[in-house]
Amino acid sequence: MESTALTEAVYYVLLSLYTPLHGYGIMQKIESMSAGRVRLAAGTLYGALGSMVEKGWIKALPGETRSRKKEYVITQQGQTAVKQELARLKELVANGETSLKME
Amino acid sequence: MQKTIHKLFWLWDFDKEEAWLNEMAAKGLVLAEVGYARYVFEDKAPGAYQIRLEMLQKQPSHPESQDYIRFLEETGAEHIGTFYSWVYFRKNTNEGSFDLFSDVESRIKHLNRILVIPSILLAFTLLNSYSWIDRYIENNDAGNLAVALLLSVLSLFMMYAFIRLFVKRLKLKKDSRLYE
Repeated sequence: MESTALTEAVYYVLLSLYTPLHGYGIMQKIESMSAGRVRLAAGTLYGALGSMVEKGWIKALPGETRSRKKEYVITQQGQTAVKQELARLKELVANGETSLKME
Repeated sequence: MQKTIHKLFWLWDFDKEEAWLNEMAAKGLVLAEVGYARYVFEDKAPGAYQIRLEMLQKQPSHPESQDYIRFLEETGAEHIGTFYSWVYFRKNTNEGSFDLFSDVESRIKHLNRILVIPSILLAFTLLNSYSWIDRYIENNDAGNLAVALLLSVLSLFMMYAFIRLFVKRLKLKKDSRLYE
């Protein structure tokens, strides 16, 4: 199996984009989802959005005017990536819990 | 009231430059304009602003850079100005903490961008110093030797800049083996 671990930033961006959001909206949503723990910096987010669009995991919604803030939304491929990651995380948690219980 | 301070930072001290600008902001002097070794500050409430700077991927006038600057403005940051490829932002501390990078990977990418500068200059000074040494050997002219020596000194300086930045990058890489 190829390594499929997503970075925390990518994982949360994908989760936040089940409804369309612009950059600042993504940052705020992730911060509130993680109860303030994950604060994505704007430059890091910008880079991540670019690579995720390239990968086809998210897409920019066609804006009406140039001044309008660009909104993004998750794609079918992106949803597959999130589901795979969720399965991986569940495995990590399950193994962690069994190991700790055996202690 | 505005206050202008002349100060020079080496390429590898961009983080010290940012720290200094934030010390000034903590004292109530907030960066309003940048130029060559020149910083113009304006009076604001002490600690009201946080400053961040970064080297852009492309020239500031490039559409990609413009897009990036607009993106940052949409997140509540104010664009102070650009100096060559360097861009300066500030954000009111009321609007929350302000960072440009929140993971090691994007910090490494930023350093890679900066590393290109001494690399290109080093290639230029090194190749030219060789060709001037060649000329000196051919003509036995002291002027040629002087140019060759000057270029060699510049090459050493570029090498030093490269090493300083590369060490920063190594430290980040070491972190990234354990943390995301």
